[in-house]
Amino acid sequence: MPIVRFASGSACQQYIGGKSELEVAATTFRRLVLELEQRFPGLGRQVEEGMAVAIDGEIFQDAYAAELKPESEIYLIPKIGGG
Amino acid sequence: MNYITSDLKVVGTRPIRPDGVDKVTGRAVFAADTRASGMLWGKIKRSPHPHARILSIDTSKAMALPGVKAVVTSADFPDIASEEAFVGEGPMNFRDLALNIMARGKALYEGHAVAAVAATTQEIADHALELIDVQYEVLPFVIEVEAAMAPDAPILHDDLFTAGVTPTPTKPSNIAKVVTFRKGDVEAGFKDADVIVEGRYTTQPVHQAYIEPHACLATYASDGQITIHASSQGHFMIRAYTAKLLGLDIANIRVNPAEIGGGFGGKTLVYLEPVAVALSKKSGRSVKIQMTREEVFRGSGPTSGATMDVKIGAKKDGTIVAAQQVLKFQAGAFPGSPIGPGCMCGFAMYDLPNVDVVGYDVVSNRPKVAAYRAPGAPITSFAVESLMDDLARKLEMDPLALREKNAAVNGTKTHYGPTHQNIGFTAVLAAVKSHPHWKAPVKEGQGRGLAVGFWFNIGGESSANVHVNEDGSVTAATGSPDIGGSRASIGMMVAEVLGVPAERVRTVVADTASIGFTHVTGGSRVTFATGMAATQAAEKVVEDLKRRAAEIWEIPVDAVEWKDGKAFPAGSNAGAFEPLDLAALALKAARTGGPIAAEVTVNAQGAGAGFGAHICDVSVDRETGHVKIERYTAVQDVGRAIHPSYVEGQIQGGAAQGIGWALNEEYIYNSKGLMENPGFLDYRVPVASDVPMIEAVLVEVPNPRHPFGARGVGEVPIVPPMAAIANAIRSATGLRMPNLPISPPKLRAALDAAG
Repeated sequence: MPIVRFASGSACQQYIGGKSELEVAATTFRRLVLELEQRFPGLGRQVEEGMAVAIDGEIFQDAYAAELKPESEIYLIPKIGGG
Repeated sequence: MNYITSDLKVVGTRPIRPDGVDKVTGRAVFAADTRASGMLWGKIKRSPHPHARILSIDTSKAMALPGVKAVVTSADFPDIASEEAFVGEGPMNFRDLALNIMARGKALYEGHAVAAVAATTQEIADHALELIDVQYEVLPFVIEVEAAMAPDAPILHDDLFTAGVTPTPTKPSNIAKVVTFRKGDVEAGFKDADVIVEGRYTTQPVHQAYIEPHACLATYASDGQITIHASSQGHFMIRAYTAKLLGLDIANIRVNPAEIGGGFGGKTLVYLEPVAVALSKKSGRSVKIQMTREEVFRGSGPTSGATMDVKIGAKKDGTIVAAQQVLKFQAGAFPGSPIGPGCMCGFAMYDLPNVDVVGYDVVSNRPKVAAYRAPGAPITSFAVESLMDDLARKLEMDPLALREKNAAVNGTKTHYGPTHQNIGFTAVLAAVKSHPHWKAPVKEGQGRGLAVGFWFNIGGESSANVHVNEDGSVTAATGSPDIGGSRASIGMMVAEVLGVPAERVRTVVADTASIGFTHVTGGSRVTFATGMAATQAAEKVVEDLKRRAAEIWEIPVDAVEWKDGKAFPAGSNAGAFEPLDLAALALKAARTGGPIAAEVTVNAQGAGAGFGAHICDVSVDRETGHVKIERYTAVQDVGRAIHPSYVEGQIQGGAAQGIGWALNEEYIYNSKGLMENPGFLDYRVPVASDVPMIEAVLVEVPNPRHPFGARGVGEVPIVPPMAAIANAIRSATGLRMPNLPISPPKLRAALDAAG
């Protein structure tokens, strides 16, 4: 199963007892949001609204279909804006 | 389709800019140029105090003034609940945004809007502002970031509790958020270091200083339909925020994008539009509001100022083994400084085993900050790149060699988690190394500085359509306001796909009722994301054109090929037909299915990160402390330059703004918490005589996720300048200047102190 890592000290960690990574059954970002919300109420919304997912170094924002594979490096980082 | 390795005829050339004639002849229509029949002038009354409770607002005298048609206060706006969103260019709380455009209960900075009027003339409106009686209870204020963090600091928001710490605080604080990024074991790293350098740095808030002040014209018609003309970085953003802040249906709002006179991130949120709509609704007339320059400074967002502590440890050979940073960013009156990207960008250029970065988002009694090119990155990079220069000196190592030694490459794991992919940083450093500027000896009496920088770049939601007109000419429409040349770049990509000259494609910015939703122009996303949508729309048009040619020739569509703007039979077996060009196919449009057009919407992913390196030579007048930029070269990986002149312009513009940030720009507050320099006379942006010809060097490491290989280019060039200049001053004078701006009085004092 994919392992999702959280940027250390992110607001998400208050939901998961300070852990920095979780094993999830999700195969897409959408499934990840749903699973996190189910396991840690409020976390799914936090991730969906405020986080981007970096999969093997490529940053995806607001992309339900982004694919999560067991062998992938998956990081949740703050969403990126710009000027 | 991917064209990165194709033989391109349009992309990479330099056609005449499509907006050039209108802009140099004064024909371009900015928001301040718009008029409406029976239009009123709106004006905003602003708080004279940096922090005050609003006890009462009496508008009766103003309303009684002949010519005044409406007055609004916070009572005329919905008291909306706290709701986090990500609609503009960063995290946004709609309640904060509502409170920022019209104070409710408290004024949180000098210049905070407390009421607005609409009157038949500007003079009457100004007089009416004087007649609005606001009673305040003046409160203690706090301006500087570390003072705002102190336990006994005046608290701006009773309901603001620090996020990101455990246990959850029970006492309100001006520290809105704490963020941390850790990699490896930084303590062990420092123990392993042969050399350690550290420093404390400060930067001042600087304004985006767009030449065009905010302006809008709003009409609330009697049937509830609303039309807004505004200059912004995103007319869909204006529509969304106005609807949200006034409790309106988006369907009833149409926003027309006026030409924009610069934004740089500062026009990614609203200040005036909801107020103008509220005044228009109340008065039944169109209302126009335009800020003065003073209002721009007092009432709209600069980027954060910051206090930063940085420490770096390295082995004798220059290998960095530990890096640590504590960043304290001013957010202004509401949470939302770019502390997240600030924490992520400072060390993103390097391959570091042990990193610890902590960031604080801190409110104080200043205007709410807004995005500014590569938000957060220039600030943090000033500190890191200044210290890297000191590290090179301590190691007696060439500063470029130190960067090369530690440079991030494909596969480098960043301290914020993800692994860099498809980056061109080493190519940038190689271009520096081989550049004549770097190889030339430093002239006597001058100093040379080098600094590097990083920005993520983003994609996001964009819409574009492509129409083949009746005569075979082409119109491309997008929802992206053109700030940095996107009409040119998008038209060129469409022309390349269609196989026609760039001049055959006219690109327009469509209003919110005429094209699908499009995210703001910012984050260096438009040529990447909107360009991707336009390219795909053009490809759909080509497929349609081939189908039409097949129908005319009565052959299978796969027997038609498209080349150089014409349909050809794919081979001799397909038949002998004269090629059909766009004009010929457009002539037959009705008979082959109707108008030729396609619209594509995307949520583009895969924006390739950008890296830059700047070389700066300065001389210093030791009597006055004046710094002269003698030579400046900016090297950047741009992926693929669609229109190189615009890309060079972006790089030159970023460097020029960085020169102002480094040497002069700052908000000066007096002891009463009031800004003393709200104008270009005293807030000194660079003028032509301050800036030499900046040489832009384009390194092209294609981004494989864009059809033409493009990367965003507008953010990176403002990241390195401040450190490059500070390092050059260090080289010229022997003085490390850790506090921006390095203005003449400050440098003169430091020179005097050094003897």
